Amino acid sequence: MSVDVRIPTILRSYTGGEKSVGASGDTLAELIDDLDARYPGIRGRLVTDEGALHRFVNVYVNDEDVRFLGALEAKVSDGDTVTILPAVAGGAPITR
Amino acid sequence: MLRIDREIVAAIVAHARRDHPDEACGVVAGPAGSDRPTRHIPMTNAERSSTFYRFDSMEQLRVWREMEDRDEEPVVIYHSHTATEAYPSRTDLDLASEPGAHYLLVSTRDPEVAEVRSFRINDGTVTEEPVQVIDATVDGTAVQTYKFGHTPTMVDYECRA
Repeated sequence: MSVDVRIPTILRSYTGGEKSVGASGDTLAELIDDLDARYPGIRGRLVTDEGALHRFVNVYVNDEDVRFLGALEAKVSDGDTVTILPAVAGGAPITR
Repeated sequence: MLRIDREIVAAIVAHARRDHPDEACGVVAGPAGSDRPTRHIPMTNAERSSTFYRFDSMEQLRVWREMEDRDEEPVVIYHSHTATEAYPSRTDLDLASEPGAHYLLVSTRDPEVAEVRSFRINDGTVTEEPVQVIDATVDGTAVQTYKFGHTPTMVDYECRA
């Protein structure tokens, strides 16, 4: 229970409305597994069936985007803050 | 209904014009729970594309933290469509992630008249809402509403309730 995880509005239905919850793990993957054990279903909103981080979910360890830290293999430790933010994205109805 | 200051709408349209032919995007923050957009924050479109937008992830973290520190929330999330109407695309629906926000779309396809429309997007369902433009410089109670009309400037405040 040593990593502080900041939950975005759209995922607070999983955490009973909590903006911030505790979780543990040595890597982001372990942390998400621990979160899912407490808040069943939340893993599916963060990780694809193929086991990769969803393309349109941003996850940060402290001030770093985990995409630059090894994604799900990113290390986390006591006292870290993990922030989850859904990407704000979209596009015009045109195929590129 | 979205109530928003004229100056902010003008700044959003100017941002969309400036970035055209790329899509422009940004946020208007406001006090949490107020439904009043007060602080315009133009964001970088990390995609630099005419058909797609995505907030730069590091900028988004900084702005979201700043809003939290100020007890604000993203009241309006806007982006432009550069060649099509100001209506959410399938992608816009699929990726909408702020259920409480007004999704404002600006079309810059017409070089003279910008189309500005607002939507709620929840669970993949889009609902258009009227836009009430407020003149902050005059008596706050003397609100003017523009519907289906062209203003004397360049903005077409199109509202279909």
